[in-house]
Amino acid sequence: MADKIRMKLENVNFFYADTQALYEINLDIYQNKVTAIIGPSGCGKSTLIKLLNRMNELIPNARCEGNIYLDGHDIYDPKVDVVDVRRRIGMVFQKPNPFPKSIFDNVAYGLYINGVKDRHYINYKVEKSLKDATLWKEVSDRLHSSALQLSGGQQQRLCIARTLAVEPEVVLMDEPASALDPTSTAKIEELIQELKEKYTIVIVTHNMQQAARISDYTLFLMLGKMIEYDVTNKIFTNPSKKITEDYITGRFG
Amino acid sequence: MKKAQLKENLYRWFFGLFAFSSLIFLVGITIILFKEGLPLFKEINFFNTIAGRYWYPTYEPPEFGMLPLILASFWVTVGALFVCVPLGVGSALYIHELAGDRQKAILKPLVEILASIPSIVYGFFGMVIVAPLLQDWLNLPVGQTAFTGSLMLGIMATPTVCSIAEDALGFVPKGFREASFAVGANRWQTLTRVVIPAAGSGISTAIILGMSRAVGETMTVLMVTGGAAVIPKSFFQPVRPMTSTIAAEMGETVIGSTHYHALFAIGLILFFITLVFNIVAEFISRRFRIKLGLGR
Ligand SMILES: Nc1ncnc2c1ncn2[C@@H]1O[C@H](COP(=O)(O)OP(=O)(O)OP(=O)(O)O)[C@@H](O)[C@H]1O
Ligand SMILES: [Mg+2]
Repeated sequence: MADKIRMKLENVNFFYADTQALYEINLDIYQNKVTAIIGPSGCGKSTLIKLLNRMNELIPNARCEGNIYLDGHDIYDPKVDVVDVRRRIGMVFQKPNPFPKSIFDNVAYGLYINGVKDRHYINYKVEKSLKDATLWKEVSDRLHSSALQLSGGQQQRLCIARTLAVEPEVVLMDEPASALDPTSTAKIEELIQELKEKYTIVIVTHNMQQAARISDYTLFLMLGKMIEYDVTNKIFTNPSKKITEDYITGRFG
Repeated sequence: MKKAQLKENLYRWFFGLFAFSSLIFLVGITIILFKEGLPLFKEINFFNTIAGRYWYPTYEPPEFGMLPLILASFWVTVGALFVCVPLGVGSALYIHELAGDRQKAILKPLVEILASIPSIVYGFFGMVIVAPLLQDWLNLPVGQTAFTGSLMLGIMATPTVCSIAEDALGFVPKGFREASFAVGANRWQTLTRVVIPAAGSGISTAIILGMSRAVGETMTVLMVTGGAAVIPKSFFQPVRPMTSTIAAEMGETVIGSTHYHALFAIGLILFFITLVFNIVAEFISRRFRIKLGLGR
């Protein structure tokens, strides 16, 4: 494992009000790699990925213990600006959630709110992000029509473009393809392969084959506990725990 | 088996009757309004009535110009908007976006209580407390003015606007907020750039329904607007909106007289105004649901 560590979780525990959802998570996330989080429904995958850009802070009464670092700096440090954290660590959600605005305004949204005024730069950035999200060809002639007219798969790529426009370093994706048809899913998977050249990616998925196909590292989570974390190849061919093997081969879950 | 089915059918009919009774009432009211209101236009030309500048129903000869009444309703309603829109939308935003659970638990029932206070109480309050205060502060000859009416109506319409606007905010999908926060927006930016635009037409619906409430309100305006049937030149003079005209004069008129028909004609106009408001509101809110993808 000579890969460079980008994010690091140390002894992370997480609570929703009184119920503990995550136990003692210790995790390294490597630069320019795809890290997959797998596990049965309700095991805490979404909870864990939300912790990585402080989205959990929107939930009342939730509490997080332990440390999460980005490049060695604790992102939960009170001195750290949460806006900055979220800009550097972007997130794509399970259900495509474009704003009821034009395609252009969706992608430019992050630039607007970060105070970018330069029209040329915004135009350039919107085009670039749409290209990076492999959506440009399909929408370049109707940038100013509503984003809600796009298909589900296109909407999800638009949401990826929106995330990329603010130049994050890490991109988090919570089951980005679970609401999509096989063709759109294949496109998103292909896109993830391209994106990892530039970004560090963490992805939650329900789909074992998908995790095996696209990820470099895989974390297997159960009931809020880390069962196994290793290079994907090892997890899928030679897991060190019996329970991991049972899950991967579909014996439960 | 058969008996059970019969019973079921009976229930269906029974409750169906209740459900359709509102339709029967609506049709009945419409028919009466037309039947009693239209004869006026046989005696006086429609345009002369609507645009007539003088309302002297008891003079000899009487005049039935409704312009002062229509303008009075218009002024008072527009004035009320200036009160109920900021108050209603503002409190909806606060309750929905900023208040914690504990504040919500106090504020929401409070708004409902405000909505359930009978209009006579608002009227009384306006007449006994607000009007004399305004007269004093603004140095007016009388305290019962269009402004006083606007103020009271605005306060009365606030709960309507607030609760419908709050529903509209509730319809904004959680995903919009999450997406906004996830690219680094703060609460204020999320509210002004995503949530309010997304809830925009729902909020407009709230405003229109609040207006509709203000136009149709009777008791309060009767008590606080002073009742002078002249074309208003300023907000600080007494006026006589359509509703209070009907309420004040219906008791003194001879059934079947021209005056009687004129009052029904006012009712008919009011009916159309509120109908249009409600249709527009319905139309906007339907489009709103489609826009947010809830209709599909
Ligand atoms: N807002 C919340 N408040 C309280 N408990 C929650 C909340 N969100 C999730 N939980 C609980 O935390 C646990 C982990 O939920 P989480 O959504 O992280 O699971 P998941 O692995 O993403 O599941 P899925 O695969 O179904 O998406 C579950 O038991 C869930 O009921
Ligand atoms: Mg989940």
